[in-house]
Amino acid sequence: MNIDNPNQLIDRLVAQIAPLMQDDCAFVGIHSGGVWVMEALAERLGRDLPTGTLDISFYRDDFSRIGLHPEVKPSQIPFDVENRHVLLVDDVLYTGRTVRAAMNLLFDYGRPASIRLAVLVDRGGRELPICADFAGARLELAPGQHVALLRDDAGELHLSLNQGAA
Amino acid sequence: MSANLQLTPDGRLRHLLTLEGLPARILTQILDTAESFIPVGERELKKVPLLRGKAVFNLFFENSTRTRTTFEIAAKRLSADVINLNIATSATNKGETLLDTVANLSAMQADMFVVRHASSGAPHLIARHVAPHISVVNAGDGRCAHPTQGLLDMFTIRHYKGGFHNLRVAIVGDVLHSRVARSQIHALTTLGCPEVRVVAPKTLLPRDVDSMGVHVHHKMETGIKDCDVVIMLRLQNERMQGALLPSAGEYYKYWGLTPDKLKRAKPDAIVMHPGPMNRGVEIDSDVADGKHSVILPQVTFGIAVRMAVMSMVAGSGA
Amino acid sequence: MKIRIKDGRVIDPASGLDGVQDVFIAAGRIVALGQGPADFHANLEIDARGLVVCPGLVDLSVRLREPGLEYMATLESEMRASAAGGVTSLACPPDTDPPLDEPGLVEMLKFRAKNSPGPRVYPVGALTWKLKGERLTEMGELHEAGCVAFSQTDAPMVDTTVLLRSMEYAYTLGFPLWLRPQDYYLSREGVVHDGVVSARYGLPAIPVPAETVALQTILLLVRETGARVHLCRLSSRAGVEMVRQAKADGLPITCDVGIHHVHLSEMDTADFNANCHMIPPLRSQRDRDALRQALKDGVIDAICSDHAPVDDDAKEKPFQESEPGATGVELLLPLVLKWASETGMPLAQALAKVTARPAGILGVEGGVLAVDGPADLCVFDPQAHWTVSPGTLLSLGKNSPYLGMELQGKVRYAIIDGHLDFRDGH
Repeated sequence: MNIDNPNQLIDRLVAQIAPLMQDDCAFVGIHSGGVWVMEALAERLGRDLPTGTLDISFYRDDFSRIGLHPEVKPSQIPFDVENRHVLLVDDVLYTGRTVRAAMNLLFDYGRPASIRLAVLVDRGGRELPICADFAGARLELAPGQHVALLRDDAGELHLSLNQGAA
Repeated sequence: MSANLQLTPDGRLRHLLTLEGLPARILTQILDTAESFIPVGERELKKVPLLRGKAVFNLFFENSTRTRTTFEIAAKRLSADVINLNIATSATNKGETLLDTVANLSAMQADMFVVRHASSGAPHLIARHVAPHISVVNAGDGRCAHPTQGLLDMFTIRHYKGGFHNLRVAIVGDVLHSRVARSQIHALTTLGCPEVRVVAPKTLLPRDVDSMGVHVHHKMETGIKDCDVVIMLRLQNERMQGALLPSAGEYYKYWGLTPDKLKRAKPDAIVMHPGPMNRGVEIDSDVADGKHSVILPQVTFGIAVRMAVMSMVAGSGA
Repeated sequence: MKIRIKDGRVIDPASGLDGVQDVFIAAGRIVALGQGPADFHANLEIDARGLVVCPGLVDLSVRLREPGLEYMATLESEMRASAAGGVTSLACPPDTDPPLDEPGLVEMLKFRAKNSPGPRVYPVGALTWKLKGERLTEMGELHEAGCVAFSQTDAPMVDTTVLLRSMEYAYTLGFPLWLRPQDYYLSREGVVHDGVVSARYGLPAIPVPAETVALQTILLLVRETGARVHLCRLSSRAGVEMVRQAKADGLPITCDVGIHHVHLSEMDTADFNANCHMIPPLRSQRDRDALRQALKDGVIDAICSDHAPVDDDAKEKPFQESEPGATGVELLLPLVLKWASETGMPLAQALAKVTARPAGILGVEGGVLAVDGPADLCVFDPQAHWTVSPGTLLSLGKNSPYLGMELQGKVRYAIIDGHLDFRDGH
């Protein structure tokens, strides 16, 4: 299967999102890939809107099974979430559990006016009633397949598709 | 020595009993995790759901309202249920053994014991006997260890100084009876601090304290000279007069931290104290409240550090 | 009962005897070595091929925990354990409850011991009433009841005047005092050696001067009074040097060391293992090495087990709250063998430290293997390996630092007063 260059996917997202941007919007990226995508989006949209980052480690539903992620990053929401239209950004949408955790975390900062979800790749395989409002690409991958966003030392983004064992 | 007891076979923190023998990797991971809990404490809603449904028992065989409170706040911010037991005034006085008490509380479906005990090694003993799903966090045992205090002190130093590799740190006061000092020394040497000093009269130092990798000073003037960090230890009331020291006044004169003595440390030195302070005994009010003091931030950081420790041990799996 | 022990390697440290031959026993005595009497018909023949036959061990400190401390162990259990350790004579210290400070208590103990299988029991009487260090006991009466010496065991003797008077009085009646040098004030709060472990773990410490200060006092008073003193449980290098000098000066002193102190050091207390909580404390490796050297050159006369069975409840506590002491009478022989092999000490010389020498200190028969001597013998397999565990120890005290470890050397038979009192189930 062929996946486009992440920059092309971001361009597609920008095209979808740009018409809907208002002054009371904010961008929030989910660590780590979502933050990279969010930063790229914010830059290309060229609007001076507030941004924030979320680490959902403290909100994961599998904590009691796998424990705490060894590299937790602080969440930073340096704006008032109350009544804000939040664009939540992640790299890959799969089961929906990360987005669930991110929304819970966001609500601990306040009550947003709305949350919309933008993802670079929607790979299918949802386990929760969550869908992306904006997606750079929509795929149907088998459960064994694995797609991940990577960033190299030069800051360039790459998508890697792992076919898995199957 | 307790590394095996404290770590799971795959190297995760299972109990926190002492900082001795814990690898730098684990100490750094605790500090990093604590860093992520700092913003939680600054939010309006200061809670995360990590330990929802878990029962944390504060087992205080020795009273300490302050330490118990910080653990209680930390556990509650992790959404745990907290049960406080002041055992100093209950069971063991009725002849029940420590292990019987622990077995009883385990039967109440405890998930974590936070233990304060007057005898060194008591949390180790409990950790050896608890069911596999229960974690033990040492909240101070005898003169042995106070690992979360040591960690919050490391957090504070890293926060203000960026790291440990070029630092000169002086620990001043009653090292002999201090579990805090022992935990600080283990943590500093593990994290790569090149020069740790202890400053005290010989009566307040263990005989072989140099075997812990510290430099021994008896005089304040030379002891804190050019130091980046000056940690003052609390002097217990009962030790102020007697065979260890003639009087609080004489102690203050020679080993109390005054603005004048502090001038010998580096101009940007920070001053720390584990609390509660004896103003006018080990530290002058002008220093305690002055620009070098980071004593109150220590307390704030303490909550985040305890949240980090509790969430790590609770998630270490059975 | 006539017993023939066949083809064992017979070692008698006292006479230097060492060779494979038979031992013939009748009516509680050794009647012949090598060639038996013409009319000897053994009721029991013991095949001792590959085994060592030596004098039964003489242990200078075995706590039988009676009277009063039966929740820790009983006289029967510890006598059985002693026999299993190859011990055929033992001295029991007076730290019972009540202490052995009245003739009636000593008579009762002697009576109970006599009617139980196991070693000959020699009580050590309390030096002061209730071991309080204040009032002398009736040493003459206690001696008549069976006490061979007088001691405070681990109880402090705070008042130096009482110590001086007790030496003068014991001298008058010709009794030896068994004293453990430990200054009360320098040791009262401590549980471990004042060294790297106490610095690191904050355990309250007992400095070496606790031993040397007390030792100096005792030695000066021995010079003054001429009293015969046996020094119990030396622990430090500095203490050893003082004893060496005092012996060179001709003072009437002897001394012993506990077997655990020959092997272990403060480092073994580093994991809060309460089974390593002992009095005196396990000291530095340097101190341990000095004890070994002093054993070799004779400054230390004897090794004892300092057997102290303790119940689990008293040990499963934080280190400093735990009851001190280790069970050891069954480990004495293998640990002596271990020490001998580690230091290249010839077997006979090593065995002398637990046979002839302590028998001499006790002033009793035994400790030798000779024709017409008492038939107190230990027959052991020097090659057998066994693992120390609660199940392999007969003592009711399972409190050993060696739990889970493998030791070499196992007692197969113990013959006491001509009776086969222990036979290894193996």
